[in-house]
Amino acid sequence: MKRWIVTGLMCWALPAAAAVQQFQLDNGLKVIVQEDHRAPIVVSQLWYRAGSMDEFNGTTGLAHMLEHLMFKGTKAVPDGQFSKLIAAAGGRENAFTTTDYTVYFEQLQKDRLELAFKLEADRMQNLTLSADDFVKENQVVREERRMRTDDQPQARVYEDMMSVAFQEHPYRRPVIGWMNDLEHMTVDDARGWYQRWYAPNNATLVVVGDVNADVVKDLAARYFGVVPAKTLPDRKIQIEPVQTGIKRVNVKAPAKVPYLLMGYHVPVLHDAEHDWEPYALEVLAGVLDGNEAARLGRIVVREQGVATQAGASYDLVARGPGMFMLDGTPAQGKTVADLETALRAQVQSIIQNGVNPDELKRVKAQVIAANVYQRDSTFYQAMLLGEYVTDGLPVSAVADHVARVQAISAAQVQAVAQKYLIDDALTIATLDPQPLTDKQPPQLPVAGSRHLN
Amino acid sequence: MRIWTVILGLCVSALAHAGLPIQHWQLANGAQVYFVESHALPMLDVSVDFPAGSAYDPAAKAGLAALTHRMLDQGAGGLSDNQIASGLADVGAQLSGRFDADRAGVTLRTLSHAEERHAALSLLTKVLDQPAFAAPVVDREKLRVIAALRESEGQPASLAARAFQSAVFANHPYAHRETGEIENVSKLTAPDLQDFYRTHYSAAGAVVALMGDITRQQADTIALQLTGALPSAAMAASTAIPPVPDLSAGVMRTIPFPAKQSQILIGQPGVARGAPDYYALYVGNYILGGGGFDSRLMNEVRQKRGLAYSVYSYFMPMQQAGAFQIGLQTRTDQTEQALQVVRQTLADFLANGVTEDELTQAKNNIIGGFPLRIDSNREILEYLAVIGFYHLPLTYLDDFPQHVAEVTAEQIKAAFARHIHPDKMVTVVVGAAVAGK
Repeated sequence: MKRWIVTGLMCWALPAAAAVQQFQLDNGLKVIVQEDHRAPIVVSQLWYRAGSMDEFNGTTGLAHMLEHLMFKGTKAVPDGQFSKLIAAAGGRENAFTTTDYTVYFEQLQKDRLELAFKLEADRMQNLTLSADDFVKENQVVREERRMRTDDQPQARVYEDMMSVAFQEHPYRRPVIGWMNDLEHMTVDDARGWYQRWYAPNNATLVVVGDVNADVVKDLAARYFGVVPAKTLPDRKIQIEPVQTGIKRVNVKAPAKVPYLLMGYHVPVLHDAEHDWEPYALEVLAGVLDGNEAARLGRIVVREQGVATQAGASYDLVARGPGMFMLDGTPAQGKTVADLETALRAQVQSIIQNGVNPDELKRVKAQVIAANVYQRDSTFYQAMLLGEYVTDGLPVSAVADHVARVQAISAAQVQAVAQKYLIDDALTIATLDPQPLTDKQPPQLPVAGSRHLN
Repeated sequence: MRIWTVILGLCVSALAHAGLPIQHWQLANGAQVYFVESHALPMLDVSVDFPAGSAYDPAAKAGLAALTHRMLDQGAGGLSDNQIASGLADVGAQLSGRFDADRAGVTLRTLSHAEERHAALSLLTKVLDQPAFAAPVVDREKLRVIAALRESEGQPASLAARAFQSAVFANHPYAHRETGEIENVSKLTAPDLQDFYRTHYSAAGAVVALMGDITRQQADTIALQLTGALPSAAMAASTAIPPVPDLSAGVMRTIPFPAKQSQILIGQPGVARGAPDYYALYVGNYILGGGGFDSRLMNEVRQKRGLAYSVYSYFMPMQQAGAFQIGLQTRTDQTEQALQVVRQTLADFLANGVTEDELTQAKNNIIGGFPLRIDSNREILEYLAVIGFYHLPLTYLDDFPQHVAEVTAEQIKAAFARHIHPDKMVTVVVGAAVAGK
C-alpha cells in the first residue's frame, strides 16, 4: 500500500456522510471505498482507463469488442461461468464502454463482494480469447451497432456530428466502431488490446455499500495484489486544432420528423482547484435546460412553438475535449433552419444580456438538492467517483462540486457564453427525413407464417 | 436493513420475521396511504396514483386519459406552467409523472427540510387538486403529443410495439396506444379533459405513497393535504376493466420498413396482478427469457448463434391480463432463422419444462438478489405504490422470496401450459418484408 488518504465528503445538508477512502496497491491498482450502510448491499466497479479514444484508425470499436469478450471466460472460469456465478449469488453484472474508459460492475449482497473481486482479478490477467468466441461475439456486436446506431436516425446524426466536429481528436470515432472496422476485426486485434491495457496499474476499483473499508482493503490486496503491473504504452497527447469556421453535416435516413444537433467546442475540468469555466458552463446548461421552466422549454418550445422538444447538455468531466450541445425537434410546419435560428437566438440573448439572479439561484438550488438525491443510489455514487478518478481528477472534486457551482457568478456564466458559444467553434448536424417506403428490403420467406393469417 | 428506522426496527423485533415496515391507513375521504419512515437521508419521495390510465379512454377518444394526466402541471391553482416549474426548481424539487393503461400518477422528490418540503408539497397539491386545463395550453400540448405520435410512426420499434399491442388485445381497452392516435387526440377539447379529470381523480381512488424523512403524523397530514380537494367521489366513474379475452387464432403481422434489422415481437395475453400462477410464471420466465445470460433465449439466439444483441421475454401483470412478450432484433436476412430459433426454444420449454439445475439457478438469483430490489428510497416508493394500487398484501415484499422458493418444475410446466398457447401466438415483424402476408 503506497498511501492511505482519507478525503472528507461532508456535504451541505447531509448527515453523517461517510468519508471516501482511497489507497493504491503496490501493483498500481487504485482502490476507492465509500461506506454506505443504508442497505445490506454493495456495488463494485472496475474502471479500466481504456476507451475508444485509445484506439487506432482501422480498428475502431475494439475497446467495446473486448468488453464483450471479457465475459467469454478464463481457464479457471470458462465461457458463461462469470455471469452464472454472479447470478447464482443473487447478483447483477454488466459492463459498459465509453470514449474514455471500460467499466465492469457487480451489484451483490454485502457479504458476496469477495466473489466479485475473485472473478474480476482472474479475468484481469487470464482471459482465454479464443478465435471461435471472437467470431460469434463479433456478430453480436454488429447487431448491437445496427440496433443502437444504424436504425436510429438521431444516433446517426450524433455519430456524424462528432466525426465532423473533431478533425484530429479520436472523439471523432464512434465508441461502437465503424461497421467496416468491425467486419475486419480479428481475435489478434482483441488480444493486442487486452495485452496493452488490462493491467492493475491502468485500473481503478470503486466499492460503495454496506462494507468496512479495512475489510475491502484486505480483500482487494488478496485478490488483485497478485496481478502483475505492466508497462503501459505511451499515450500521445492529441489536441484538437482550433476550429476556424462553422461546420455543417446532413444525414438522410428513414424517419418522420427532422432533428437538429449543435455542438460547440468547450473546455472540461483539468485543474479541479482552479478551473472555473467548466462549472460556469454547467450552470449555463442549467439556465437553458435545467428544469421545465428553463429558457429552451419555456421560450423555444412553449412560447414560440418552434420545437416540440429542445435541450442543452454539457459534461464537465472527460479525458478529452468538451462539447456543449444543443438539440431539438422542429414543430410541425417549422424547419431545422427555423429551430437553429431560435436556438442561436437563445445563445445570443445570454451572450448579450447574461442571466438573471433568479435563474442562477434556481440552478444552484437544483445542484444542492441533486447532491442529496444522488445519495439514494450506491451505483450512481460509484459512477461519479470512478469517472472523476479515471478522467484524472482527484476524489475531492466530487465533493467540492456543489461549492464550486455555488461560487459561480452571473458574470462568469455570461463570460463563458461569450468566449465559447461562437460560430467559429460550432458544428451543426441535421436529420433530413426520408420516406419509409422508398427502398423495400427483399422478400424473404418466413417459416411458419403460411398457416397463419 | 439499516435503511429502515430504529423505531420500526423495534416493531420488527416483535414480529415473526423482519420485513419492510409498511404503515398503511385510509383517510376519511377514502384515499389509501402507504408509508415507510426513513431518516437516513434528508429527503422525501411521494407519489399519488389514480385508476385513470388509458384503459379508461372513452370510445373514439383514445389519448384523453394521457392528455389529462399530461396537463396536470401545465397550469393549476392560479399558477402558470412556468410558475409551477420554476417554483419546484427553486427548492430543488423534482416532479414527474407515470402513466400506463391502468394508472395515472404523479411523483415528487423533495428535500425534507421544512421550507423546501412545504413549498414543493404546496405546488403538488395545486397540481393534483386544481389543474386549469386552459384551452390554449391544451391546444399547445395536443400539438406536441401529435408530433411525438407522428415521430414514433417513423420508428420501427414503435411500429412493432403498436402492432403487437393491437393484435394481442384486439378490441379490449388495452389495445390502443397509451398516448392515443393522432385522429383522436386532434379532436380532444378542454371540456373533455375537465370531464375526465372530474370522473377519474377522486380521493376514493387515490393511492398515496410516502417514503423518507418524515414522521407518521406528518405523512398523515401530507396525505390529507394532497387529497383534500380532489373531485368528489360522487362523480367517480367505474374503475372496472373487462377481462382480456384469449386469442382465438394466431396472428402474423409484417410491416415492411427500410431498416438494417427486423424488429420481432411474439406473444399473447399473459396474467393479471395477483394471479395464482404468477410466481410459477415469473420463475419459469427467468429461465425462458427473463434471466439475461441465464436464460434459454439468450443462450440459443445470442450465445450460440450471434443472431441478436438483445433477446428477452416477460410477463407484464396488469389489473387484467397484461402481455406476455418475447422480443429481439436481428439483421433482416436472418429474420426467418431467428424466428425459427425462438419458436423452437419456446416449444421445447413448453414441452419439456425446466431442469432442476435451471430452477435452482433461477431461485438463487431471484431470492439472493432480493435486497437489491429495495436498496433505495426510489425503489421502495415504487413498491409501495404498486402494493397500494393493486391491493396486494402488505407482506407482498416479505413473502416474495418464500413464494419463489416454493415454486416447483411441475408448477412451471403446468402454469405455462395453462397460459401460453403457441398455436394462438401473435407474431409481429417490422423490417424485412416476410412472406405470408
